Amino acid sequence: MTVFVSEHPLPSLTGFVMPLTAALGGFFGLLAGSAGGSTLLGIVAGLAIGAAMAFALIRLAPDRRIGRTAAAAALGLVGLVVGGITGMVAGVAGGLVLGWFVYWLGSGRYRAGVPVYATGPQVLWHNTFLFICGAIFFFLIAPILTVIPLSFNAEDFFTFTPAMLAFDPEGYSLKHYRDFLTNPDWQQALRNSVQIAPAATILSVSLGTLAAIGLSQSHVPFRRAIMAILISPMIVPLIISAAGMYFFYSRIGLQGTYAGVVLAHAALGIPFVIITVTATLVGFDKSLTRASASLGAGPVRTFFKIQMPLILPGVISGGLFAFITSFDEVVVVLFVGSANQQTLPWQMFTGLREQISPTILAVATILVVISIALLTTVELLRRRSERLRGMTPG
Amino acid sequence: MTDAALDSAGPSQGRKADPAETTGPMLAADGTPLKRSLARALRRQKLRALALIAPLLIFILVTFIAPIADMLFRSVENQIVAETLPRTVQAVEAWDYESGEAPAEEAYRALLFDMVVAVERKLHTRLGTRLNYETTGISSLFRKTGRGVDDIGEDHMDAFAAIDARWEDPAVWAGLMGAPEWLAAQADWAAADPANRGPEPAFALAPGIADALPATAPLYADFAAFVQSENDSPVEEDPWAPLYVALHTDLIADPEAAARLAGGNADLVAAAAAAAPGFEVDSVKAAFLDIDEDWGDAEVWGTIKAFAPAYTPGYFLSAVDLQKTPAGVTQQPENQQIYIMLFERTLFMSLMIMGSCILLGYPIAYLLATLPLRVSNVLLILVLLPFWTSLLVRTSAWKVLLQQQGVINDILVWLGLVNDAERLVMINNQFGTIVAMTHILLPFMILPLYSVMKTIPPTYVRAAKSLGATNWTAFWRVYFPQSVPGIGAGCILVFILAIGYYITPELVGGTTGTFISNRIAYHISSSLNWGLAAALGTILLAVVLLLYWLYDRIVGIDNVSLG
Repeated sequence: MTVFVSEHPLPSLTGFVMPLTAALGGFFGLLAGSAGGSTLLGIVAGLAIGAAMAFALIRLAPDRRIGRTAAAAALGLVGLVVGGITGMVAGVAGGLVLGWFVYWLGSGRYRAGVPVYATGPQVLWHNTFLFICGAIFFFLIAPILTVIPLSFNAEDFFTFTPAMLAFDPEGYSLKHYRDFLTNPDWQQALRNSVQIAPAATILSVSLGTLAAIGLSQSHVPFRRAIMAILISPMIVPLIISAAGMYFFYSRIGLQGTYAGVVLAHAALGIPFVIITVTATLVGFDKSLTRASASLGAGPVRTFFKIQMPLILPGVISGGLFAFITSFDEVVVVLFVGSANQQTLPWQMFTGLREQISPTILAVATILVVISIALLTTVELLRRRSERLRGMTPG
Repeated sequence: MTDAALDSAGPSQGRKADPAETTGPMLAADGTPLKRSLARALRRQKLRALALIAPLLIFILVTFIAPIADMLFRSVENQIVAETLPRTVQAVEAWDYESGEAPAEEAYRALLFDMVVAVERKLHTRLGTRLNYETTGISSLFRKTGRGVDDIGEDHMDAFAAIDARWEDPAVWAGLMGAPEWLAAQADWAAADPANRGPEPAFALAPGIADALPATAPLYADFAAFVQSENDSPVEEDPWAPLYVALHTDLIADPEAAARLAGGNADLVAAAAAAAPGFEVDSVKAAFLDIDEDWGDAEVWGTIKAFAPAYTPGYFLSAVDLQKTPAGVTQQPENQQIYIMLFERTLFMSLMIMGSCILLGYPIAYLLATLPLRVSNVLLILVLLPFWTSLLVRTSAWKVLLQQQGVINDILVWLGLVNDAERLVMINNQFGTIVAMTHILLPFMILPLYSVMKTIPPTYVRAAKSLGATNWTAFWRVYFPQSVPGIGAGCILVFILAIGYYITPELVGGTTGTFISNRIAYHISSSLNWGLAAALGTILLAVVLLLYWLYDRIVGIDNVSLG
């Protein structure tokens, strides 16, 4: 039985694993019972199932995978009998968790993160801490993940319908996505977003990269003051920027125009470009440009052939930040734009305020997918930049 | 020795004698002294750097700094009163509010002249709205007055017409007031073909008339300018009735002066001047009181006087629940004191959000910093994903979760923990705002904490434990103090972001969970009290800049990182 061989002493089955598993089973039973209508019965059944499962798995199924599958199948069957399809899904989930829990306790792996000499309370605290962290991660991720299944809702509700919970195909549909793709308001908003964000990004990346190169030279007069001014759009609360821009842009006739929104968004994106590009330039080896100059290349050629390829990851991730700033931005566009410049976030904002349609959730899902793609890109670029930096001498 | 002396003495000395060569300036390859050559290279480098930065700097100054400056300016700017009511502002200067009496006839006359111009240009309602922020009721008073003001002075007009019917002729007025050159030009213009003549010649007052008729001449100039702006001719349009009031006043004050200038109409003016003191006309004050008796109220006049200056602290006083009244600075009435409460609520909720971010962020950052890099990089994605997800997606997710018919309430009801009839109210209140904003700002706490904790060597804690410290002591006395900079950075960052938040409180805050920023937005787009919005924004900006300065002292701007 190689599975159970470990540096940790194996805990007692009847004195430790069974009671704890029974407790967890009882808790699940409480949830299932109160949902089903009979709390007491649920707790008792849960306690019994937990204890029995711990005993059966540890004694009869030394192979973890088989044991867990069996536990899930058994509880799934119980669930199917008691509560139909929904019950089966809940049963399979509960069985997987309980099975994992039994082996986690039974094999002594719950002590893996603490030294061998740790006392019981220390082990308990360590695992509680991990549990708390897990709960916080859940808090971070769950709201975003909840939106995704809800966007396939067949009804116009912002919550799970009974049909969805029963995994009835009738309960799901793509109608909100269809609405997003056919509704002229959303299409106009999408078009505006797709027009404004790239224009603002190009503006802030081109100006920002130039300035970042200037800022990273060794002798720059008033460096701190200039830096403070260039970073300021990130510091000043958006509502204040929006108010100021609204007042000023209406004075000079830019309020309610595409140009005004693009300029405002470019200003908001610039700090991100400056920060990422200057950070990349810190690791840039100046002797490379000198070497290029000594070999006869002019400043422009040196820039495009030597400097640009090396700082490109920083420029691109700065550009992505600028893009997402503009693409996500709603406060400034609400004030600086007019009805013709409604962007996706604006449309979502009015939709949420007036509670009109769950199409918002479909849009939200699309945006989550986009942000996952952007996150991956930035992460890859960061790794590449670090690798390149590691390779350059000095 | 100065640089100039060094430079001028340099080359010649260098060539002359050996001792000078050892003590003289070092030369660059092209023969210029090294010092100057270096200085020039340095200057060129600085210029190059500045040239690279300049486009962006100008861009930011125009698109961002100028709007902020404009907002600061608007928070004190108050030219509208002096621009719309120039004569009145001057007339009430001598008047004393403390007397409790409305001002004398001159002030009403000045008001009449200002009002008739403002009404014709449709500026009086704007001013009424502006002054209504300070004293309620002025807006309707101005509207009401605007409808009746052009009738004031009709009795004067009749009195003049009774002396001589020519007084009703616009051409006579134009001939009396206009400069001879303008009259000629205007006559040419009138004679030209309407289809292809140029613009009307701009009206010009006759020389000396402004001294002779100090009230009438400027008012007539305003009249002529207005008539011309409507593309009509002053020679053909009937003069405003208040012009007769002005003329009446001027003729009584100095009966001789006008007749001397009148030329062909000297007899007309002289006759009017002789009869003027005997006109049986109402006083202007009575006419105004007839329109609305509020014009006899010292409060209205006091407000005009108090807000006459071009710059006023009035908006700032309103932003802190005070008000500028004619009698001085006082508290707003109890039921209108909302801004201090809103600022306090914004601070309180930002602190709550900051606190819950520490509570939730610290364990996560600690876990990420202590786990092996391979695992922590994966877990970091769970932190970065919300960070990268659209703000509105996250806000809508919370709206979906927290609603009374939402997911959390559904689960609680399904589990039987909550009765279907008494679903929890978790949204449109402070709780909803705090939960949603904690979720939104949590990554901003975790990332700085994580980057600080990564630099804490684990050996310190191990050393503390090996010296006999318990786990708690080792953490509290050794680990925690080293993580304090991270807490400081994260706290200030979260606090700065929270204090100016608009979207989330607007969507999930209801009435009790809104911030000062929601009030700013309300004043910009709904109540249109831009000055107050600017003042509130300026105060908020000052708080944020102060915090930012602290952040700079603790962390440094250059250490801002984006994960």
